[in-house]
Amino acid sequence: MALKLADVIAPPADVREKDYLWTLNFGPQHPATHTTLRIVLNLDGEVIVNSIPDIGFLHSGFEKLGEHLDFNQYVTIVDRMNYISPVANEIAWHHSVETLLGIDLTPRCQYIRVIFSELMRLHDHLLCVGAAALDLGAFTAFLYAFNQREKINELNEWASGQRFHPSYTRVGGLQRDIDDVWIGKLRAFIKQFPSALADVTGLLNRNRIFLDRTRDIGILTREEAINRSVTGPVARASGLVRDLRKDEPYLAYKDFDFKVVAAKEGDCLARYLVRMEEMRESIKIISQAIENLPSGPVNASVDERMVLPNQLSVYRSIEGLIHHFELFMTNRKWKPPVEEVYAATESPNGELGFYIVSDGTGTAYRARTRPPSLVHFALFNHLAQGHTISEVAPILGSLNIIAAELDR
Amino acid sequence: MALEDFLGDNIFVTKLNDIASWCRKNSLWPMPFATACCGIELMATGASKHDIARFGAEAFRFSPRQCDLMIVAGRVVMKMVPVLQRIWLQMPEPKWCISMGACASSGGVFDTYSVVQGIDRFLPVDVYIPGCPPRPEQLLQAVIDLQDKIQRTGTVLGSEFDRRIRPEGPRPLALEVPQELQIVAPGNYASSNRLVPGSCHNSQANLLQGLSGLKGENLS
Amino acid sequence: MSEEFPPVLQALAEAVSAEFPGRLLSRTSFRGNLRFHVCPDKAHEILKYLKTRGGFGMLVELSAADYLQYPDAEDRYGVWYCLLDVENGRRLIVKTKANDPDPTLDSVVDLWEGANWMEREVYDMYGIVFRNHPDLRRILLPDEFVGHPLRRDYPMRGKGERHNFPVLTRAEG
Repeated sequence: MALKLADVIAPPADVREKDYLWTLNFGPQHPATHTTLRIVLNLDGEVIVNSIPDIGFLHSGFEKLGEHLDFNQYVTIVDRMNYISPVANEIAWHHSVETLLGIDLTPRCQYIRVIFSELMRLHDHLLCVGAAALDLGAFTAFLYAFNQREKINELNEWASGQRFHPSYTRVGGLQRDIDDVWIGKLRAFIKQFPSALADVTGLLNRNRIFLDRTRDIGILTREEAINRSVTGPVARASGLVRDLRKDEPYLAYKDFDFKVVAAKEGDCLARYLVRMEEMRESIKIISQAIENLPSGPVNASVDERMVLPNQLSVYRSIEGLIHHFELFMTNRKWKPPVEEVYAATESPNGELGFYIVSDGTGTAYRARTRPPSLVHFALFNHLAQGHTISEVAPILGSLNIIAAELDR
Repeated sequence: MALEDFLGDNIFVTKLNDIASWCRKNSLWPMPFATACCGIELMATGASKHDIARFGAEAFRFSPRQCDLMIVAGRVVMKMVPVLQRIWLQMPEPKWCISMGACASSGGVFDTYSVVQGIDRFLPVDVYIPGCPPRPEQLLQAVIDLQDKIQRTGTVLGSEFDRRIRPEGPRPLALEVPQELQIVAPGNYASSNRLVPGSCHNSQANLLQGLSGLKGENLS
Repeated sequence: MSEEFPPVLQALAEAVSAEFPGRLLSRTSFRGNLRFHVCPDKAHEILKYLKTRGGFGMLVELSAADYLQYPDAEDRYGVWYCLLDVENGRRLIVKTKANDPDPTLDSVVDLWEGANWMEREVYDMYGIVFRNHPDLRRILLPDEFVGHPLRRDYPMRGKGERHNFPVLTRAEG
């Protein structure tokens, strides 16, 4: 149970401020942060009175780079933003770019992107759940989760050539089409995944230590979730049922039958349960998508001069070569309207949006990311006040903060 | 050899340096300084499929005082460099450093205002791993290479480190920036304001004095 | 550019114009993004009106851009507030502006707590000061940092700040 400060025998206020409280520095290098962040905790014995998060230990100038790299080049950078679900970032970035350029994707491309979005949701939630369990002492769940993540990495590698940062999407399409071997691998993955998930569930859902350390810890109410701009699984665990896949369907999400998972409690356990259940829904979406995968090209029509031509036409035809040249020369590239656009997708962590300001060249004038991790970490002080210091780890674990996205 | 014949099969004759290096190389205790994407591959290396325990280096310790191998995984930015140096100084001798990934080794794709263009500019590095991020197999290979290096060069008193008195990284970039364009370095440490041409490395005492500004109470 | 605002938002725009005469400069739309451009002096009041009367209970995103080299730009900084009506799923972007030498806006932290860190980030990156912000400090860059790196006149490779550190040799430790 959360201890409130008033429950503790409190000294007079002036003493409390000066001598009684003491300060503990948590991070920037600490195992339970997973990433690089720092929290200065003000403690009354074991109880957190106040906490001052300090971030920026991984601030690498992503948004400055976005103003210097063109729409296809920048995808390698957004990959490294939320690095535990890289393709979800790529899809979000190119969703914004395609909204700006007004490109309609082919059905096959939409389906493949949906499959990758959901694979990345598994990728993200597996690490989040596994690492949160690891911090609470359940090492086996972490090993089971990483075993599945390795399988997803293999799928990435087969599709794109890189196992961790695939850079798989391109403006109006994909780097290349998937093949039958990949589909076979994906089917095998879907088949074995539920039993692996059941293993993790069996390890954690009735684990007394895990339950005691997450139930009623870090409660976020629905009103506070709205007030503090929270999205994604964290918001859904607090009863704020919003999922862009249902509410503002992008890609081909309206074709699929799936449920939006939500809970009312808003504590760390609810966030864990929502993530576990979302993985089951993701598997449902992937199996529907792979069974109904449309045939046809993966790249949008080349006539619009927006999409890269395929390799064969670059080498064998003069038109293809010129077209390729036009998109790659620094003074040519795309001709987007001089406009601004905000478009968002439901990334595993919440609403991941890009606000692009375009000055009519092939490079964004301003590429602003709406990072869910920043919004969620801003919650930390609100959630942690009144809890003991041992509860910092479950709260951080349930918020799933990724420093590269937090600091950019 | 006559001596070995005399001692029999159960006793093995070697040099003190070799036996010390042999012990050290097979029980490396890594300190995972994981900042970004490479940290996840570092976790994957420790997890079930790749299993770094096969090379005697599975005991990840997050306390620098219990470690002898620092694996810097991920980019290091200007706010993090003092932390990194402080952790390196806290590690007991003998110690080694692996720079994992393109960002830690050279800045990688992040040629921006805040990212340090290679930690070797400010810290001695023993093994570099290319890749963005490197595969777990590459990290395992780096551990094997480091073990080889320890066996070849290691001495029982660590005297091989004493000779490395010059900075080993590339030339400081600061000298390429015109003086009037430079701005004062971030961080509350007086000794490192600006690199003066000609004095490429400061003494450890200066550094520690400067780092003392990093303590938590200043921030609140 | 040609999309029409839905009737609810049109009525809301008229109500805002009536409440704050001359402060709603224009309405634009582009591929589903519906935008109100408002005067900075009444931006806070208009946002409060939109929250209380318009039902936009959630601030999804707040950030800024520096229009220094933008074609035909009149104002240096543009700040946007992406609002969301949680009950009806409507979105609205409110844009306002700020100018040198003293770019200042009213903070909206009293309306949405979520704006706290986003405004700090804008302050850090662009130097736009938010009046009445409870805790306006640098967030991503160190407190001692000089300059605002996302301004267009700041060089991408910085001004030498990334290599002003002491060098450790192996013999030293």
